[in-house]
Amino acid sequence: MNFQPVAAILLRQFYLFRGSPARFLPLFAWVAIDIVLWGFLTRYLNSVASPGFNFVPALLGAVLLWDFFTRVLHGVTTAFFEDVWSRNFLNLFASPLKIPEYLGGLVLTSVATASVGLVVMLVLASTAFGLSFFAYGALFVPFVLVLFLFGVALGIVGCSIVLAYGPAAEWFIWPLPALMSPFAGVFYPLETLPKWMQFIAHLFPPSYVFEDMRTLVAQGSVSYAALLGSGALAVADILLACWLFISVYRRAVRTGLIARYSAESVS
Amino acid sequence: MTAVGPSSVLSVQELRKVYGETIAVDGVSFAVRPQEIVGLLGPNGAGKTTTINMILGVLEPDAGSVRIDGIDIAKHRSEALARTNFAAVYAPVPGNLTVYQNLRVFGMFYRVKNLAERIETLIRQFELKDFRDTKCGVLSSGEQTRVCIAKAMLNRPRLLLLDEPTASLDPATARETRAKIREFAAQDTGGVLWTSHNMYEVEEVCSRVLFMSHGKILLEGDPRELPAQHGKTSLEELFITVAREPLSLETGVRAQ
Repeated sequence: MNFQPVAAILLRQFYLFRGSPARFLPLFAWVAIDIVLWGFLTRYLNSVASPGFNFVPALLGAVLLWDFFTRVLHGVTTAFFEDVWSRNFLNLFASPLKIPEYLGGLVLTSVATASVGLVVMLVLASTAFGLSFFAYGALFVPFVLVLFLFGVALGIVGCSIVLAYGPAAEWFIWPLPALMSPFAGVFYPLETLPKWMQFIAHLFPPSYVFEDMRTLVAQGSVSYAALLGSGALAVADILLACWLFISVYRRAVRTGLIARYSAESVS
Repeated sequence: MTAVGPSSVLSVQELRKVYGETIAVDGVSFAVRPQEIVGLLGPNGAGKTTTINMILGVLEPDAGSVRIDGIDIAKHRSEALARTNFAAVYAPVPGNLTVYQNLRVFGMFYRVKNLAERIETLIRQFELKDFRDTKCGVLSSGEQTRVCIAKAMLNRPRLLLLDEPTASLDPATARETRAKIREFAAQDTGGVLWTSHNMYEVEEVCSRVLFMSHGKILLEGDPRELPAQHGKTSLEELFITVAREPLSLETGVRAQ
């Protein structure tokens, strides 16, 4: 793997963001609105609920982490969509660029764009609503890391779906976080869910993160085994997602879809 | 059949692609040698673009092989594609980047050494100085074509693929562009595979042409001599015969 083509993907995205407020503002505008909305809600809940339980780290922290996951996912897919929107596949895939380099570039772009959102959310949540990250301590890092890894995996799955089914399939991708949130247990313990949903939830690394986060806030401890397991699961998901993308890409080269992508199918 | 030696910048052997019941490319073999400009001609649907897509690695052949500068694209895709580049009317560079930004990004994809210097040379060579910081999407089609050809020259490819490169250029710019491509073939060690429907241009530029029809190469030879060899007065007349009555030319003609 050569770093120069990976940097080229990142540079291209930088050029696009630099010249386009329509691309730059959404990096932080929607997550900032979410933090403000949920910040006031947690403040209200703290005022009406019985003393002793602080909704800020439990709810606002969950919103922040979930929004970060969403930004990572959309960071990967939006960078890919730029090539879909500008009909760039032929130029891209007829170049020496290797698929791991391409995916590496999409992930690096996501790191950059999701970091902007994370910093804005952290500043807003802590200064305006008193969310203290001392509540999570050093565990904030593995929480973020697991969500980042799974966001990357799901983002690559999203790219595979769009590559397989054509540009219109991007509308399957935007609502993916909303589709996943009931299973991730962002706002409630997993035991709230029916058994079949709990089973599905345990397949998704974010569910372990949010369970651990609530346990940490309520009891001051976490299940390190579950956290480690969720990290391993997220890494496995990334490998599976890469395998899926490569399989879809090879099929597209075999059928000729890459060369005629705007037709959406070759039949 | 064209001799396919190790010195060929492109060697295509028994290439075949079938879509369902349709045979798009049917056992095509040819080579492009260094400093040679080969015209790939034929009516719409003859299989030219399918052939080019297989050479570019964006379409997998059902059979046969493609070697660029001796490297098998099926086995060493990235290394083979690093030695080629292309410009096609149906593959414009992203319109939301400027000329300079596109050349820089694609130069990095092709791992071009001394990229900044190379970009300046190409901007000068293709008279793009005034559009350097203009988004490609707002350029005229002729200007966009010049950007695409500049992009295709970034890595000084051993094999340059040009699919109707002058289709949207005015006659004066087309002539200059042809001159630059001839210069590329003469000065560098690369070869060019060129498709065009402009027979005047083909006669002027190509040292050899391949006529395709129904996925096969029917004729091969010097574009200035081929028409007379087949009782035609011009290359255009020969083209029309290939398009309308390919069977009249099919038997053993390519061996001449």
